[in-house]
Amino acid sequence: MGLQVTDLRVYYRTLAGDVKALDGATFSIADKEIMGLAGESGCGKSTLGNSLIRLDGRMKHVGGTVTLDGVPLPIGDQNEMNHFRFAEVSIIPQYAMSAMNPTRKIGKMTAELLESRGERYGEIKSELLRRIDLVGLQRDVLNRYPIELSGGMKQRMVMVISTLLDPSLLIADEITSALDVSTQRAVAETLVSFRDHGFVKSMIVITHDVSILYQTADTILVMYAGKLAEKAPTATIIEDPRHPYTKMLISSLPEVGIRYAKKKLTGIPGSPPSLLNPPTGCRFRARCPLAFDKCAEEPSFEKIAHDHWVACWKATGSDA
Amino acid sequence: MLSLNRVSKFYKVGTFGGKELAAVRDVSFDVNTGEVVSLIGESGSGKTTIGKMVLKLIEISRGSITCDGTDVAGIRGGAVKSYYRHVQGVFQDPFSSYNPIFKADRVFGMIRSEYFADMARSEWNGKVEAALRAVTLDPGQVLNKYPHQLSGGQLQRLLVARALLLDLKILVADEIISMLDASTRIDVLNLLAELKGRGMGILFITHDLSLGNYISEKTVILRRGAVVEMGATDKVFGNPTHPYTKVLISSVPQLHKKWAEVEAEIRARGGDDSGTCLFHRAYPPTARAGDGADDGPTLFKVEEDHFVGCFDLGEGTCRIA
Amino acid sequence: MTGVIKAEPKPDSLPGAPTVEATAPAGRTRGEFLYFALRSKKFLIALGILLVLIGIAIFGPMIDPTDPLAQNGMPMQPPTADPGNWFGTTYFGEDVFAQFANGLRATFFVGLLGGGLAALIGMAVGFTAGYRGGWTDEILNMLTNVVLVIPTLAVLIVISSYLKARGVFFEAVFVGATSWPWAARAIRAQTFSLRSRDFIDLAKLSGRRGWKIIVQEIAPNMSSYLFMTFILLFGGAILIAASLDFIGLGPTGGMSLGLMMFNAVTWAALTLGIWWWFIPPGIGIMATVAALYVMDVGLDEIFNPKLRDI
Repeated sequence: MGLQVTDLRVYYRTLAGDVKALDGATFSIADKEIMGLAGESGCGKSTLGNSLIRLDGRMKHVGGTVTLDGVPLPIGDQNEMNHFRFAEVSIIPQYAMSAMNPTRKIGKMTAELLESRGERYGEIKSELLRRIDLVGLQRDVLNRYPIELSGGMKQRMVMVISTLLDPSLLIADEITSALDVSTQRAVAETLVSFRDHGFVKSMIVITHDVSILYQTADTILVMYAGKLAEKAPTATIIEDPRHPYTKMLISSLPEVGIRYAKKKLTGIPGSPPSLLNPPTGCRFRARCPLAFDKCAEEPSFEKIAHDHWVACWKATGSDA
Repeated sequence: MLSLNRVSKFYKVGTFGGKELAAVRDVSFDVNTGEVVSLIGESGSGKTTIGKMVLKLIEISRGSITCDGTDVAGIRGGAVKSYYRHVQGVFQDPFSSYNPIFKADRVFGMIRSEYFADMARSEWNGKVEAALRAVTLDPGQVLNKYPHQLSGGQLQRLLVARALLLDLKILVADEIISMLDASTRIDVLNLLAELKGRGMGILFITHDLSLGNYISEKTVILRRGAVVEMGATDKVFGNPTHPYTKVLISSVPQLHKKWAEVEAEIRARGGDDSGTCLFHRAYPPTARAGDGADDGPTLFKVEEDHFVGCFDLGEGTCRIA
Repeated sequence: MTGVIKAEPKPDSLPGAPTVEATAPAGRTRGEFLYFALRSKKFLIALGILLVLIGIAIFGPMIDPTDPLAQNGMPMQPPTADPGNWFGTTYFGEDVFAQFANGLRATFFVGLLGGGLAALIGMAVGFTAGYRGGWTDEILNMLTNVVLVIPTLAVLIVISSYLKARGVFFEAVFVGATSWPWAARAIRAQTFSLRSRDFIDLAKLSGRRGWKIIVQEIAPNMSSYLFMTFILLFGGAILIAASLDFIGLGPTGGMSLGLMMFNAVTWAALTLGIWWWFIPPGIGIMATVAALYVMDVGLDEIFNPKLRDI
């Protein structure tokens, strides 16, 4: 079971034309798998995450299918998707902590949310309290206003609410970005505990911070300019990546212990291509030190080992 | 060079300004030429306030900041402009630093009209191009463009180039990396390291320990406005002594070690971080700011170039110093 | 708020910004404004109505040079197709169209002068209070509140009992001097939010000071807002002036739309059925003010990308 995405394409409508933010994504996530979705701004990871639950006014579903637990997800149809949202697919959106209504007590807000979904608050309340205990919050948080909580507490509350109906897939969009280092760890560990307790079956953790993924994710999917670059178990991505972009990205990350005087790190020169008129062939070609003539043809996302996919001619050994 | 001496900042809060909030308490440290000092702290630690006080954008409540011997707070009127010749700042959000309705290189024009009004245009253009090349930007690509047409990394480097047009001695870099992508971050960081090599003093304000560790010689760790640990970077990171520093280091997500591993390592190095420290017990993270002393902690010397802040004045059961 | 380090994202950047161009707040270029201006129905219709009225105001008295106060014609004539008698005549035989056209002129003049004066005072007070804050802000706020609360009608009655002759100029100045408070408030609020932006700090770090920063950094950033504020003040001034005229506190000489309605009511035009005496001025005032307000809404959509429905 789990999630199966096939050739998903989602574009943004703009005055200047269609921005091809997500241009053909094919991958799957197994049950109990936490997949990290990494990449820089503009790579399409937020688009991918959001398209699985709600296409906003500017996005359009151009092609491809999504299947969750064997059931196709009608992502292009807002009304149909309503049956799946919150119950089967849930999201902790970016800046979720600011998404709580400041004029409502948290308990009341949760009750209203559940009623709107057709659930009886009374029936779920005991489970809600149990989970609040689990994430380390006090039970009386239900009687507080959002402004009385710290950033980390709000984030954890949102996580509890989003997973209350035990969705099959949870999408966490940059949930640790705006937090202090010490709260980041608490929130990230809480996220993993949800999977361990069985509240959620599989998870997509979207972030630009690869080190958080190392600590929490089982597999990592790296995206670049709207396309998938590499997917592999976490340790493989960090220690033995095959795609040139992944390699350069990992080696440009400073770690505690690495000092400029001893080992100077290098970034990736250039910048990502415009997605309004993306270049033909491999989109990383212009910045890739290993590019050769075959790169003028777009590489497909191939399986090179059990659990390891790459979209690169060099990595799949086609450079003969 | 730049010297902070028991600097404090108080804000009046509450109705009618009854209560006082100490944003910065008794902070002292120096930034010398050719040196990067990392000012590390989480939100509410007062690090940005310190940066703005150095830049004279916020007034100092107590204590003094001196630059090459001159008291910064005493500079007024026309002398402020000369101060800015030597001390400049770059801020966190590259897009907010530019007036969005004007072209990006207007920031150069502003410097020209205030400081180099008499310079000939051709000479000025040469100066600008030299500054752009020093920050590895191609003049053809970044001049004459609007901010929204450039990337965050380019905008940040433009701001550094702007600072280089003057006779800069001290650069205050306030979280300049956090809004950049991973692949551009390292370029901007390397640029700062290069500038340091050419004799500039840099106050590098950040919440990210790995960045501070990468380029700085000295590290100052702030918590709730007070210094908890400071000294040579490799000593602070290699031998973290204050419980707060240990918590920070063990919470940083690393790329090759899991959290549990790092924690175990730190614990194995000795020192009990379970809270026997009076400071840690008296000011646990849930306490409200402003409770307790307005004066900062006393600094105890752990080893050469390595100090730990502690409220215990020598008595009590403190096991740290 | 503890635990949060970064600021919120700018609302008008696309999520998952796909290109370098769209990563930042959308740049405002003249071309973009024109594009939307030509597509905004509200803006175009309102502009059309205003241009027609302005046309009548400018060219009307030239086409029909009759003195509006000359009681030449047959009294109480309904509008006929006769040239020189488009809108009929009043109780006293005055030409209604001439009155209408001249009245429009006076109305626009009061709107421009009164609205302009209010805008200038509002900007001066709003920018200063918003930028400086502290005590300056407190004092200016007090001043704003006082002027806001003054019963302008009572003051005007008192003044007019001392001034036997009041001109259009006086009316415009009075309207301008009493209707600036809300503009000052609005500009102050905008200035407050702009002054904590980093580019203001950068201007300070470049050696710029005080009023130079207001004029060169803050005001240009608010130019669309200032323009819209002026439009609203313009419309507001017209409305206030018309109301004052209507109760007889307008200029003692000359002609205006409000004065026409005042006269019409005084001379029982309603009961006598002389509808052509008060309907045109009424529609004139309504059309002018409504067109200005609708244009303002249209401009808001043009300038503010969030309100557009792409």
